[in-house]
Amino acid sequence: MVHVSATPVLALRGVSKRFGAVQALTDVELEVHAGEVMALVGDNGAGKSTLVKTIAGVHPIDDGVIEWGGKSVSIHKPHDAQDLGIATVYQDLALCDNIDVVGNLFLGREIKKRGVLDEVEMERRSRELLSTLSIRIPSVRIPIASLSGGQRQTVAIARSMLGEPKLVILDEPTAALGVEQTAQVLDLVERLRERGHAVILISHNMEDVKAVADKVAVLRLGRNNGVFDVKSTSHEEIIAAITGATDNAVTRRAARTGAESAEAENVEVKK
Amino acid sequence: MKTEKTSAPAGTAVPGQAAPVDAPAAAAAAVTAVDPRLLVREQGFLGYWTELKRKVKAGDLGSIPVVVGLAIICIVFQSMNSAFLSAENINNITVTMVATGMMAVGIVFVLMLGEIDLSVGSVSGAAGAIVAVLSVNEGMAEWLALIVAILSGTVMGALHGWFFARLGAPAFAVTLAGLLFWLGFMLQILGDSGTINIDGDGVIGKLTTYYFADVAAAYGLATVVVGLFFVTSFVGNRRREAAGVPFRPMSDLVLRTVVLAVVSYAAAVMYNQYKGLPLAVVLFLVVLIGTDFLLRRTSYGRKIFALGGSVEASRRAGINVELVRISVFAIAGTFAAIGGLFWASKIAAANQGAGTGDLLMNVIAAAVIGGTSLFGGRGRTWNALLGVLVITAIQYGLALEGIATPVQYMITGGVLLATVVIDSVTRKTQRTAGRA
Repeated sequence: MVHVSATPVLALRGVSKRFGAVQALTDVELEVHAGEVMALVGDNGAGKSTLVKTIAGVHPIDDGVIEWGGKSVSIHKPHDAQDLGIATVYQDLALCDNIDVVGNLFLGREIKKRGVLDEVEMERRSRELLSTLSIRIPSVRIPIASLSGGQRQTVAIARSMLGEPKLVILDEPTAALGVEQTAQVLDLVERLRERGHAVILISHNMEDVKAVADKVAVLRLGRNNGVFDVKSTSHEEIIAAITGATDNAVTRRAARTGAESAEAENVEVKK
Repeated sequence: MKTEKTSAPAGTAVPGQAAPVDAPAAAAAAVTAVDPRLLVREQGFLGYWTELKRKVKAGDLGSIPVVVGLAIICIVFQSMNSAFLSAENINNITVTMVATGMMAVGIVFVLMLGEIDLSVGSVSGAAGAIVAVLSVNEGMAEWLALIVAILSGTVMGALHGWFFARLGAPAFAVTLAGLLFWLGFMLQILGDSGTINIDGDGVIGKLTTYYFADVAAAYGLATVVVGLFFVTSFVGNRRREAAGVPFRPMSDLVLRTVVLAVVSYAAAVMYNQYKGLPLAVVLFLVVLIGTDFLLRRTSYGRKIFALGGSVEASRRAGINVELVRISVFAIAGTFAAIGGLFWASKIAAANQGAGTGDLLMNVIAAAVIGGTSLFGGRGRTWNALLGVLVITAIQYGLALEGIATPVQYMITGGVLLATVVIDSVTRKTQRTAGRA
């Protein structure tokens, strides 16, 4: 593992979020350090996407504190998050099909020279960026529509890198990708870590989580259900935390009958 | 899409040919990143041909259908009446088309968003009425009335845009309401007489009646246009070469310049055979060059393309969606008003018929026939020129033959249908070829 700094880049303290009658997040705690890949897992409706959206400024939090580099900050709109250095790559890729790769990479932050788009400089920088991330695409001047799903995902991630963010949030980057493309995206995640970025990786795929993440934070029904070190935790333990297998009819019965329930309970629940 | 000379693909790299010698290290590294599966255009003119064939197969027809259509129109009408391709007729066609063409430029902007503006006809009529009422009835200076009329168009368009962008009402319905409202507004301010004649020798009259009679004007303009094109392309190419990104080969540049020069000088010769270079056409060219620059070379234009591609992606990229939408409708309103002024100039009056009838359909048809996609995100303002040429040429050709309006409508309708079908079919082909 790469060097991990003492002060977390991002820390959530007791974050809560309500949508009408639904308590989507309750007292959620999360810490992410520079050069660390934090996987965020949980079942559907566990609050992963909501959590990410609170960090990205899409949904402001109701309660709790967001700390950025140790200082308390308020994030009310996407722009606030971007200004802090948080880049988010959403599941439904935020790319324009009709615009070429260069145009998409620089969308919303075009390089201008005397008020005119500096296409040459943008193309040069795009090539530089894509080659430092070892992204292989046919040409930087073809429309996004011509690219495969994996290539689009890598372009979307590369796009997030342009602002030199401190924290990159990837929302299911490997969903709907083939074997080869998934490997490419995972390679890219590792490269982000090597370059000292903090990464939050949302995934349903345990293989991916095991492959690249340093830590796994499990959400269940809008609450923390443990933070695990990937290397020292088994697959089953994480699955158990996700599904709440530590608290079901079987374990309750086991506890009642006084059998060896300790095995299943052997999970570090909450810090 | 632009075609570029990409350095030889990594697999077949020839030493010394792989990258320009003075390229920085990053560029050299980028060259190796070129996907070997990428089809690279061969050098020379054979390359053009294979590239063209591939593009057509992929459904990237560009301006080909409209250029072919224009050629067919010319051949058919010329064979029917040898006066069709006379300098006088072509000159008249190009002056008449400016009113519709200006409005079509505005519509291209709206179509780029994948929206529609049905109010441009009424807005143009209202602008013509405003300029006539202010200058003739109220005695305002013509140039001032002209500016007020154009700005009124901007405000009308912005108002439509506001209802659409801010309140979320469908653009179709908002501009349909605008169509009725501004038509009523025009009739209201024209008053009982219904027609206000405009001084044919005033500023407004001159818009369509002034010709640069000096032969040097047309040749001079052609030279300036060709020279500017060559110099800007050449300088741009050198910059690309210096930055180590793919650039067009010199032969490509020369070929383009030659084609442009042939077209420009042919037009100049033609204009000089009858009256000279029309002011209206010069203004139209200025607008086309200006709007093309705005759409493709500024970040504002990039935002319009982005909105046409994906609204959500644009919003996430920090683009102020509302503002861009309102401004685009304001642009459409502005050009509708400008078109209305050319229309008033052409008939030397503001009357109750202005901006009604088939004008709106012709404007939208012109933009679409020229190659602007109805689905948004694809188009150029030059499309308005090609499209309006086709429509006006048909009108003049049929009028020369003495064919009545009903048939004109049917033929223009047929052309529009054919164009929309081509647009839809190429879009499908492009999807399968991954170039939607």
